[in-house]
Amino acid sequence: MTTTTATNVPKATAPAGRVRSGRGKPRGLGRHVFLTVVSVGWLIPLAWALFTSLRSYSDTAEHGYLSWPHGLSFNNFSTAFDQSGMPHFFWNSLLITVPAVLLTLLFASAVAFFVSRFDFRFNIALLMLFTAGNLLPAQVIITPLYKLYLQLPLPSFLSGSGYFYDSAFGIITIHVAYQCGFCVFVLSNYMRTIPREISEAALVDGAPVWRQYFQIILPLCRPAFAALATLESIWIYNDFFWSLILMETGDKRPVTSALAGLSGEYFTNPNLIAAGALLTCIPTLVIYLVLQRHFVGGLTIGASKS
Amino acid sequence: MAITADVTGKNAKNAAPRRRPRTRVLSFGDKVFLTVLIGVPLLALLAFVWLPALASVAISFTQWDGIGLSSIHWVGLQNYKNIFTNYPPFWPAVEHNIIWMAFTALVPTPAGIFLAYQLDRKIRFSRFYQMAIFVPVVLSTAVVGFIWEIIYDPDNGLLNSALGTNNPAGKHYIDWLGNPHLNLWAVLVASAWRHTGYVMILYLAGLKSVDPSLREAAAIDGANGRQTFLRVIVPAMKPINVTIIVITVMESLRAFDMVYVLSGNNGSKQGLELLSLLITNNTVGESPRPGYGSALATVLLVVSLAAIVTFLVQNFRKERRA
Repeated sequence: MTTTTATNVPKATAPAGRVRSGRGKPRGLGRHVFLTVVSVGWLIPLAWALFTSLRSYSDTAEHGYLSWPHGLSFNNFSTAFDQSGMPHFFWNSLLITVPAVLLTLLFASAVAFFVSRFDFRFNIALLMLFTAGNLLPAQVIITPLYKLYLQLPLPSFLSGSGYFYDSAFGIITIHVAYQCGFCVFVLSNYMRTIPREISEAALVDGAPVWRQYFQIILPLCRPAFAALATLESIWIYNDFFWSLILMETGDKRPVTSALAGLSGEYFTNPNLIAAGALLTCIPTLVIYLVLQRHFVGGLTIGASKS
Repeated sequence: MAITADVTGKNAKNAAPRRRPRTRVLSFGDKVFLTVLIGVPLLALLAFVWLPALASVAISFTQWDGIGLSSIHWVGLQNYKNIFTNYPPFWPAVEHNIIWMAFTALVPTPAGIFLAYQLDRKIRFSRFYQMAIFVPVVLSTAVVGFIWEIIYDPDNGLLNSALGTNNPAGKHYIDWLGNPHLNLWAVLVASAWRHTGYVMILYLAGLKSVDPSLREAAAIDGANGRQTFLRVIVPAMKPINVTIIVITVMESLRAFDMVYVLSGNNGSKQGLELLSLLITNNTVGESPRPGYGSALATVLLVVSLAAIVTFLVQNFRKERRA
């Protein structure tokens, strides 16, 4: 996977600068030194957060933060986790992220199916409308959206507040409306690569369009769904802005947005802030490390379409 | 418009609407299904994204206390006149957004491209290098803010501790996030930490998709590494280049979370004004002025649309021609 080009290029014609065994060694070594320095440098902020979070406040207060540690422990993590009610905020994140990702994929696949498998005249306009919507900065729409959310009622079983404002349902809604654009873009490119003969065969057999969608196209899009689900889970989990503005009750906020409130209220020293921030990262880091291939795949299907 | 399904073309790219040897009229049930399929997401998009975007433009011509609809009245261009001439944070915000964009385009973006080019070879530990540089992209921008906060903290942060400038009584005490001449650059470094990996991974994917025979041909013609990159690889990667330009521009306009966190959770620190923060402060801040907020949002909308339209035209040109 690293590079397929090198093996295809005959040695004699390999472009200058390509690493070759034997002769190119000093050059390759320089590159490794450079990349190692950059990579290690890149990890310093995270390493520093980890180092800070593993030390007790009394230790850092006495010896300074940049000093040899006198005992490392996970105490800050357990304090941050228990005292601030982080499990509750993680639960809020889950309640928002899972439905938002599933609905986004469902809706986006519907739109993508519509624009890529049929030749309606307004399809390109539709595709552009969705893609452009996803690219707009969130702040462009926030003033009217905030007012709209304050006015739009919701039945009480969906929202404790009775409105879109300050409800998980409202946050899910805006995520779905916003993220659909990106997924439509990716999925419609993906669906275009599915040969039309497949739909043709289904039509000849008399299958209605809904069966084409659910039984033929959706199952074939599984790799794209895997990539998008990974990417969207991380993005939606990482969202800070929507729940900061569109939720009033701190207790309802997902963990990423709640962190801002917690940092003033419970996380009173850098050690605890570091622990809290790192705890918040854990789900995304786990998803990324386990599903790395899908994550990068999702980003690059979206970007490298030609 | 006849609703028909093209079932014969090989795929959408070469299935021009005009050449449709065999089309099939959809049944009533199919039409209902397709309407629902497109209707729900379209309604959500229009109601929650495009309607508010248009409403921003409309509200920008009004004065409104933000409470009842009856208090809205038309003031024409007054809000614009006010933010341009009588709203101190506006021009600094514009300047900072421009600096943000220029810095992102000139530092982390080329750095990401350079790293991608270095990694696009058969080298050992490539996965480790990629992961290390890419990890910040996976983190929430808000969390990135918190991580850099404990680096920039003037008393306890890594930077001042390492430089020995963490003594408040000392001569060289540096308040990285408080000093209005420094804080924007401090935030930009944190932002670059994330952006570089993003560009790197996108460019790396693009480089891998370049036909190897192009490099081979360039090598046979005697091009050196730099020439091959500038004259062969870069032009071959036009779609990726466009995507990277769009991401760079849009991320600069969208920047919010990191600045909000690093400016102490209120988003109005001198030196760190950004359009996105001013809009938010005028929506939910202490003294909200929806008219101002919307006028600012309209400015941001116009700039964003310029970038978005460029991207869309570039991207869909091929399809429109079909």
